Amino acid sequence: MTTLTTPYRPQAKVTETTAENYLNVAYGVKSWLLTTDHKRIGLLYLMSVTVMFFVGGVAATLIRLNLLTPHGQLVTADTYNKLFSAHGIVMVFFFLVPVVPTVLGNFMLPLMIGARDLAFPRLNLASWYIYLVGAFLMLLVLFSGGVDTGWTFYTPFSSKASHTNVLPAVTAIVIAGFSSIFTGLNFVVTVHRLRAPGLTWFRLPLFVWSLYSTSIIMLLATPVLAMLFVLLAIERLWGVGIFDPALDGDPLLFQHLFWFYSHPAVYIMILPGMGIVSEILPCFSRKNIFGYQFIAFSSISIAVIGFLVWGHHMFVAGESVYAALVFSLLSYLVAVPSAIKVFNWTATLYKGSVSFQTPMLFALGFIGLFTIGGLTGLMLAALGLNIHVHDTYFIVAHFHFIMVGGMVMGYMAGLHYWWPKMTGKMYSEWWARLSALIIFVGFILTFMPQFILGYLGMPRRYHVYPAEFQVLNVLSTAGASILGVGYLLPFAYLIASLFGRTRSGPNPWAATGLEWQTPSPPPPQNFLVTPHVTCGPYEYALSSEGDHASS
Amino acid sequence: MPVRDRGLWHHFDSLDHQADSNLLGMWVFLATELLVFGALFTGYSAYRWRYPAGFEAGSRHLNLLIGGVNTVVLLTSSLTMALAVRAASQGRQALLVRLLLATLFLGSAFLGLKAVEYRQDYLERLVPGLAFDRGAWQELHVNPNHVQLFLIFYYVMTGIHALHLTIGIGVLGILTLKASRGHFTPQYSAPVEMWGLYWHFVDIIWLFLLPLLYLVSTRTSFY
Repeated sequence: MTTLTTPYRPQAKVTETTAENYLNVAYGVKSWLLTTDHKRIGLLYLMSVTVMFFVGGVAATLIRLNLLTPHGQLVTADTYNKLFSAHGIVMVFFFLVPVVPTVLGNFMLPLMIGARDLAFPRLNLASWYIYLVGAFLMLLVLFSGGVDTGWTFYTPFSSKASHTNVLPAVTAIVIAGFSSIFTGLNFVVTVHRLRAPGLTWFRLPLFVWSLYSTSIIMLLATPVLAMLFVLLAIERLWGVGIFDPALDGDPLLFQHLFWFYSHPAVYIMILPGMGIVSEILPCFSRKNIFGYQFIAFSSISIAVIGFLVWGHHMFVAGESVYAALVFSLLSYLVAVPSAIKVFNWTATLYKGSVSFQTPMLFALGFIGLFTIGGLTGLMLAALGLNIHVHDTYFIVAHFHFIMVGGMVMGYMAGLHYWWPKMTGKMYSEWWARLSALIIFVGFILTFMPQFILGYLGMPRRYHVYPAEFQVLNVLSTAGASILGVGYLLPFAYLIASLFGRTRSGPNPWAATGLEWQTPSPPPPQNFLVTPHVTCGPYEYALSSEGDHASS
Repeated sequence: MPVRDRGLWHHFDSLDHQADSNLLGMWVFLATELLVFGALFTGYSAYRWRYPAGFEAGSRHLNLLIGGVNTVVLLTSSLTMALAVRAASQGRQALLVRLLLATLFLGSAFLGLKAVEYRQDYLERLVPGLAFDRGAWQELHVNPNHVQLFLIFYYVMTGIHALHLTIGIGVLGILTLKASRGHFTPQYSAPVEMWGLYWHFVDIIWLFLLPLLYLVSTRTSFY
């Protein structure tokens, strides 16, 4: 068993250059732009969301630079408003929501369930084009003056007061939303109908369970946001008072409908990351996952309960005390399935034969940072404390721990785990580990000071602040610059790996999933022979004692 | 490789498997659609509960005759659509084309009548933001803001419903063309069945819109 504890075995001598795979089966721009192969579409998405990530990242950089000094000497207040709006809108709607489902999900889901493609390949391609239209429109909005409402578009500011490109911005978001819906639809039908023979529901990899739960949220929440923005557009265009108290409309209705989408959207952004971690931990502990069914069902219950907690964004907005109490209680409840996952992951590591390759480093980083984000979330679910830190940097730090510390770490973990499968090449392990370390340190340094700032009372969304907050702000900006380096590094060494000679072979991590039983990069049809599944997804050498769930 | 059936994608095992997946896809899509209208029903309910008088007054000014006739038209179109699905699964090509045409005609009739109704609403100054007479409502001792809210939801809900119907008519047009070329066989009739589901869904939404918009007040006359 000693060989299994060091799974990384670059197989430099393998020379399968002539074998047909999805990359060399056809060449030329047309073969990419008109492809219906889920693997190629996954790569198209990879490039598009990466562009959007850097656009959102540039906005974040300017925000942090401006906050180096208390007087906001870099940009004006108006520009600052447009910068944080751009950062929020691009990162939420054009990066975090689509990134893991459309890149890793698109690429891996059919491979992990032994299918030849997603159920609706043309719809899959269409969803990429729809995403592109939304993203281009959004970029056009940003470069033609931007929008200053924040990513939340609260009325009456967005409907009456703001003179920026509100309508084009919400149009772009609605368009991107349709792309989410089609991806979700495709995933649900694929999981139901295209599983390989013998692949029962409880033999599905946990990443598939998390994508399935994510898809349900995408399908049921996104249309509500679309209709909300239709109503907003009507109010803005015709000056009628759907959400305007002066005309007997109710701004709270806007917030209710907005958070009915946007809170579940938080789970769109974190569930796939949880799924990735559930794949990686067993592989790098050489041990079956602990509590398979608990993790699977906790994904579903997060999706369900996640629909019932939106009111906790409105504790100070004027909703009734009774509503606030119920939403507070439900917000505590949604923490239970998340905690179940963390405990099960920890138990998976226990007595495992743990090794620290890059995907594992990112996955462990995910667990630590997500736990901090989750625990501060519990603080925020408490009514009294929430009022104290509402709209402060405490909130900003909390959700960045979930979305960046959680989801982006999870995405990086997954990208590094499956990169050899996607490209057939192995990246430089040394540089990759270094980048995992830099990202972790940079992240902590960026956002830990913001918890303190918020608790001391620094409000979010201001371009100036009292001088006594400067030290913590400088620390945060310093951390952000480290974080920036950490995100640029993978860009360099992952691209370098494409031109390198290190072939990964079909299964560099000695992992058990179906996706590892086909060559890397996979052939156009995914599998040379349709696999027949006879056991659970994590049959590693060490079993988790007392856990019979995956049998 | 065995010979593949016509119209079968490479990742499905058989036409049955493919048809089954397509139908599930449509059901899932309809779940999304339900939330599209769900958001609007929620907004409508919130204001209807808060401003019952304004909603009643607004509702009384809608044309129940056209609304009622349209309901019959749309229900009949669902019947012809259901029969079309049956004809497709039995491979009765000529009947299928005729039934699809009938459905198309009835759907278009609905939209035509709806357009007439919208025009009438406009002439009666019932369009907030474009043609709306606040004073007239004040004379009736009804808060014009509340009537406006009712009318906005009336236009958004019926407008989005009409948009769905328009898309349905477009798709039925394509299906009719394909059917007239003998494209559908008893083994390959899933597209007709799928879009039949969509058609019935749009119909069912109307069955909720009718009472919410036209019947919320107790009326004494049909006009």
